[in-house]
Amino acid sequence: MGRQIIKYGLMFIGLVLTQVLVLNHIQFSGFVNPYIYLLFVLLLPLSSPRYVVLILAFLMGITIDIFSNSLGIHSFATVFVAYFRPIVIRVISSREEDMSDYPGLMQNKLSWFFSYVTIMIVMHHFVLFYLEVFTFSNFLGTLARVFFSSVFSVFAIVLSQFIVFRD
Amino acid sequence: MRSLLRYLINNYAFLLFLFLEVVSLIFVFNFNKYQKVQYLNSSNRITASVYNYFDSVVKYFELAKDNEMLARENARLKSQPATFGSPANSADSDTSDFVMHDLNYRYISARVINNSVNKTLNYITLNKGSNEGVKPDMGIISPDGIVGVVISVSNSYALGFSLLNSRWGPSGKLKKSGFFGPIEWRGGDYREANLMEIPFHVELAVGDTIVTSGHSAVFPEGLMIGVVKSFSQPEGESFYKIKVQLATDFKSIHFVDIIENLDKEELVGLEKIIEDGAANN
Repeated sequence: MGRQIIKYGLMFIGLVLTQVLVLNHIQFSGFVNPYIYLLFVLLLPLSSPRYVVLILAFLMGITIDIFSNSLGIHSFATVFVAYFRPIVIRVISSREEDMSDYPGLMQNKLSWFFSYVTIMIVMHHFVLFYLEVFTFSNFLGTLARVFFSSVFSVFAIVLSQFIVFRD
Repeated sequence: MRSLLRYLINNYAFLLFLFLEVVSLIFVFNFNKYQKVQYLNSSNRITASVYNYFDSVVKYFELAKDNEMLARENARLKSQPATFGSPANSADSDTSDFVMHDLNYRYISARVINNSVNKTLNYITLNKGSNEGVKPDMGIISPDGIVGVVISVSNSYALGFSLLNSRWGPSGKLKKSGFFGPIEWRGGDYREANLMEIPFHVELAVGDTIVTSGHSAVFPEGLMIGVVKSFSQPEGESFYKIKVQLATDFKSIHFVDIIENLDKEELVGLEKIIEDGAANN
């Protein structure tokens, strides 16, 4: 238990710093803002109680919000996907399979991890970007941002699984 | 009653989810009242020191560029007294006017410790705060042009709206003809904004300079904003659609000046008297 708290605590700090100091400054034709801090919520043990997941997601979101002066936007999107996480996992997992408690890449099949990350990231980015602009007037433009940013976020998250947070 | 209680306990996750989402939305819709959430933005002590520390490491990579910028600014300042001193030159522009204005402004130099250009609402964090006399509603300028306005300060840091923020825009003026209108930025390219409310009868050309109008107490008159990049006359409307090439390169600003208008209270007080008078009549 103690080891878990230290591990997730370090993961929290590492992801927040990477996000606000490096990734928030990536700018590619106004489209791409990769957000990888969601990895923290994705990697919480599957057996963790739902209220823990929701509260940690809120804390993660609000921390990113405070750093990027967007109070409420990231916390809304992160709590949103944290609530739907068990449903997403139930949908993409087949019943017979023996699930590992830690939903990392090394513990599961690549196809499972890839669809898990993709569904969660696209959901998160969709809520995030539309809440940020708060209008459907440039619907396709925002959708393009959701798409391109999701591609980069998924890529960064899958890649990160080979380097850190492996178990 | 007991079944209701049991129902609520069984669905606690959904209720917690709703509660957290409502809290987030309250934050989203109250962010405009920034005084209340002063500690929940990047000018608070913890977040600003993280940015400050990181910036003190990476700033060395930008030294060459910063030196060049400061040298350019120096050259510009050195050439100014000559223009101001000789009365013969003051005929072609209203520079004598500038001198009068500049006396009423105080400049505080600051370093940018965090800045973004890729959101719809971009903010800028500076390493000077209320200890150095920075207050909300002061203008922020770079050597190339205007940057933004301070909205919130802590003891040693300040947070401001960047010009690249759809919630704030300065008032711009065509230097040639004197017509003015609001500058608006609505996301997308960080080098481009729009000048609104310029009527069709005004003569325009690509490359015309746009400067601050001096109509608000934030900026003195005549600071560079940008040049006209392109313009069109949309049918069925009475104003030009003007694209402005911004003078400031928001991606590479590191040193800025915060402008304090020393006459501000007097100015605001005077305007308030007029407003009150109008309300009474």
